[in-house]
Amino acid sequence: MLFCYVALLPVVALFFYVRIIPIGFSFLLSFYKWNLISPRRPFVGFDNYLGLLEDENFLLALQNTTIYSFSTVALSTAIALPLAVFLSRKSRLSAFYQTIYFLPVITPMVPVSIAWKWIYDYNYGILNYGLSLVGLPSVAWLTDPAIALWALVIMGVWKVLGYNMVLFLVGIRNIPAEYLEAASIDGASDWQRFWRISFPLLRPILLYVVVTSTINAFNVFTQVYVMTLGSQSAPGQAVRMLVFDIYTNGFQFFRMGYASAEAVILTLIVLGLTVIQFTLARDKEAKPR
Amino acid sequence: MARQRSPALFSMARIGIIACHAVLMAGALVMVMPMLWMFVTAFKSAAEIAIWPPVFFPQAWTSANFSGAFETAPFGRFFLNSAIIALVSTASVMLTSLVAGSVFAKYRFPGRGLLFGLVLATAIVPFEAYMIPLYIQLVGIDWINTYQGIILPYLFMAFGIFLMRQHVSSSIPTELMEAGRVDGAGEWWILARVIAPLSGNALAAVGIFAFIQGWGIFIWPLLIANDQLLFNMELGLTAFQFAFSADIGKLMAGSVVSVVPMLIVFLLLRRRIIENMALTGIKG
Repeated sequence: MLFCYVALLPVVALFFYVRIIPIGFSFLLSFYKWNLISPRRPFVGFDNYLGLLEDENFLLALQNTTIYSFSTVALSTAIALPLAVFLSRKSRLSAFYQTIYFLPVITPMVPVSIAWKWIYDYNYGILNYGLSLVGLPSVAWLTDPAIALWALVIMGVWKVLGYNMVLFLVGIRNIPAEYLEAASIDGASDWQRFWRISFPLLRPILLYVVVTSTINAFNVFTQVYVMTLGSQSAPGQAVRMLVFDIYTNGFQFFRMGYASAEAVILTLIVLGLTVIQFTLARDKEAKPR
Repeated sequence: MARQRSPALFSMARIGIIACHAVLMAGALVMVMPMLWMFVTAFKSAAEIAIWPPVFFPQAWTSANFSGAFETAPFGRFFLNSAIIALVSTASVMLTSLVAGSVFAKYRFPGRGLLFGLVLATAIVPFEAYMIPLYIQLVGIDWINTYQGIILPYLFMAFGIFLMRQHVSSSIPTELMEAGRVDGAGEWWILARVIAPLSGNALAAVGIFAFIQGWGIFIWPLLIANDQLLFNMELGLTAFQFAFSADIGKLMAGSVVSVVPMLIVFLLLRRRIIENMALTGIKG
């Protein structure tokens, strides 16, 4: 008994100090107005939250982040699922494809963002070169905020595709072969076998993939910071995203309470998504098949 | 079950498969292109980088960008900092996951459910949502702009604790631990000599995760490291980019240096990383 507490003490102390206390503190802080150095720290009630409702930057960030998340998740799922279905066949090339498609998942975000920034470059980028080959005009991928959002989506899909693919692959491998064989004997086509047998069995994984990648996408920051901040032709015109807005309010304007209110909203979004996942997953289990 | 197929159908199916491979190959090219482009650009001279139309491979390969990058900014130091952060974090995450995971899996004590519930419930809260209070706490203890401040949040991983608990409770027989106790072994000895040696794979999985995460951390060092000597590769590269945004060659060379350790880890442990991510992803 004593051993348990002694063994856990360092981890639990650390856990409380770097996670539990800050999470609680951020809720508390969101009701105060504070600039980090002033000894005055007035309680302002829900003022920070009410302020956010009228803050154009925040609303734009919320909108951009939502569009970014849903687009990235929808596209990466729609590509990863058929990809996994094809790669689940026995093929000598399957392992090769898996390696290649998975590669972006483990590469650090900053160098990869720098590489993409160069690809998106207006004057010398290979993407615009590709467009010129088919007779299309050059696109200001990163300097026009409306387009830059989609440039980030493309890169986001590229980064997360392999991860979703691998999760689907495991799901497909876990489908009992007898089910599919039985369907073949009954004369089902490949198409029918997928939609009638594989797809329903993959739904829990699909749900998991969609929810976790949406949560991850909501935290998008590094590539926004590296690729769109201080673009030469439009300094400071970054694509506003939620975490970027938190960062700006907290660490450039030192509005700690205000930024905390934003952080609380981010937490609530993530919690909401998690609750949705659990509820849907439970519904599936409760239903008799 | 070999199904009878007419020859015509068979060849249709073959054409379909070849078409699929063509699409997958094109996709694979898109997937490696950013990295490939980074590599070839890093070896080009400035004259070959800013030309239109772009050329893919450098006509004259040069390593000048690498030496130039290391002369312009302390990339050696950045690299060392990244390595220190990633290695310390990995070691600590493996140790804390082993200890806490085992205790949660094999021992009963008051508060167990509550503590483990807290670990699970807060695992989903993104770091970005509580980095401000954490920053304020570290201002309070004067850890801003220090190594220990940068590493602190990465010394344990809720996910690692969860993973080790799963592993220990499902694959370590309690009888084995009992046998140790009968022989007079203490609990720490059992942890080190019974549980740890049987947990190699799970610990390796946790360690790989921690290393990849530790190497790539960005937003926390961005907040807390003001002194350039504390920058990791990620932060150093970003700073370099803002200072010398036109110097694409050196920028790409620095990026290559940051990517290569991860590429080596990945190519060496490819099968294992993919499988780990898959299994743990589903369970998590």
